[in-house]
Amino acid sequence: MDPRVIVVTSGKGGVGKTTTTSNISVALARAGHKVVAVDADIGLRNLDVMMGLENRVVYNFIDVLEGTCRLNQALVRDKRVDNLFLLPAAQTRTKESVNSGQMEELCDMLRKEFDFIILDSPAGIEGGFRNAAVGADEALVITTPEVPAVRDADRIIGLLESMGKGPIRLVINRLKPRLVKEGEMLDVRDVLDILAIDLIGIVPEDESVVKSANRGEPLTFSDSAPAAQAFQRIASRLVGEDVPFPVLNDENGRGILAGIRKLFGMKG
Amino acid sequence: MAMEFLKKFFGSAGSKKVAKERLQIVLIHDRADISPEMLENLRRDMISVITRYMDIDTSKIEMDFDRADRSVAFVANIPVIRIKRGVAPEKQEPGTSNGGEKAYSKRKSGQPG
Ligand SMILES: Nc1ncnc2c1ncn2[C@@H]1O[C@H](COP(=O)(O)OP(=O)(O)O)[C@@H](O)[C@H]1O
Ligand SMILES: [Mg+2]
Repeated sequence: MDPRVIVVTSGKGGVGKTTTTSNISVALARAGHKVVAVDADIGLRNLDVMMGLENRVVYNFIDVLEGTCRLNQALVRDKRVDNLFLLPAAQTRTKESVNSGQMEELCDMLRKEFDFIILDSPAGIEGGFRNAAVGADEALVITTPEVPAVRDADRIIGLLESMGKGPIRLVINRLKPRLVKEGEMLDVRDVLDILAIDLIGIVPEDESVVKSANRGEPLTFSDSAPAAQAFQRIASRLVGEDVPFPVLNDENGRGILAGIRKLFGMKG
Repeated sequence: MAMEFLKKFFGSAGSKKVAKERLQIVLIHDRADISPEMLENLRRDMISVITRYMDIDTSKIEMDFDRADRSVAFVANIPVIRIKRGVAPEKQEPGTSNGGEKAYSKRKSGQPG
C-alpha cells in the first residue's frame, strides 16, 4: 500500500480536529497500520496532551527540519499500541517558522516510514492551514452541525479543492440526536445537501470525549463509548471497508432515522 | 405531546429549517466570491448599457444574488424613469468585451457524491 498523507482540518476552531486526529490514529494503529500523528498546529500544540504523550516530548518537527535532531529522535512512540507515533509541534515558535516547501519535505520523509501520516491542522485559512495541507494527499474536514461551522467548512473545502486535494471527506461531529429529532439541529442530510461532499463519519456528542481528553487516553483505546465506535468506523472506512452508517439513538434510546437511512448506500 | 404531534403534522417548525435556509443563502455570497470592486464595475457597465435604452434612477438600483431552489439568480431592480424610442443597438467589435473576470459558484449545491 502506498503511504497516505491525510490532513484533518476545519474552518472554525474547536470543532474536533485534534480529537479526531488522535482517535483515528489510535484506531488505525490498533488495526495494524504504522501510523504517525503529526501536530501541525505550531505554537498551540495540544495533540501531545490529547494523546497523553506530553511528558515524553523532547524534540519537535521544526528541530528535524532545522537539523537539530534526526527524525527518529523527534518521534514519540506510543507504548500502549504498536506502530503508533506522535510527531510534536514546536510550542515556542510561530507558524511563520516553517514554509510550505519544508512541510512537503517533512511529509516526504514520513512517507518513507509510515502507512498513515495524519496531520492535525490549526483552525483558519491562513498560512498554518496551508502548511498543514500542502504535503497531504487527502483531507478530512470536521464540522459540527451548526451554522458558523458549516459555513467555514465550505470555505475550507473550496480551498482544499483549489489546492488539488482529494478525496476530501466530511466528519460531522457533536451531533445531538435529540435536537435533530426535535428539528432543532441540522441533520446529516441537511449538512450534506449544503456542502456536497462525501461523508466519512458521524460522531455523536459524547461526554466520554471530555473524560478521555482529561486522562490523555484516546477513546479508541477501548471500544465502548458511542464516540469511540464512531471514530473506529471512520478508521475502517478510511482503509476502504464498507461500514454502514448506524442509526443514532437519543437519550431515551429512540432511534432517529431521518436523513441517515438514506445514507446506507453511500460510498465512503 | 400535542405540540410534537402538531409539529410533525405541519412539518418541522424547528430552528433547523431556518439554519439550513440561512446557510444556503450565505454560501451563495461566499461561493460567488464577488469582490466589491467587481460588483461596482458590473453596476457601472449595466448602467451604461441600460441608459442607452431608457432613463433610470441610478440612485435606487438594487442588485443581489437570489437563491431559487437549487439555482442562483442575479437580480437587479432598476427603477425606470422613461423609455427612449428607436435606439439602435451599439455594434460591438468581436473580442472587445472586457472579459477575464468571472463570477461563479465553485461547487453546485446538490446531492453529495
Ligand atoms: N463528540 C464530542 N462530544 C463531546 N465533546 C467533544 C466532541 N468532540 C470534541 N469535543 C470537545 O470539544 C473541544 C474541542 O475539541 P478539539 O478536538 O480540541 O477541537 P479542535 O482541535 O478542532 O480545536 C474539546 O474540549 C473536546 O473535548
Ligand atoms: Mg486542535
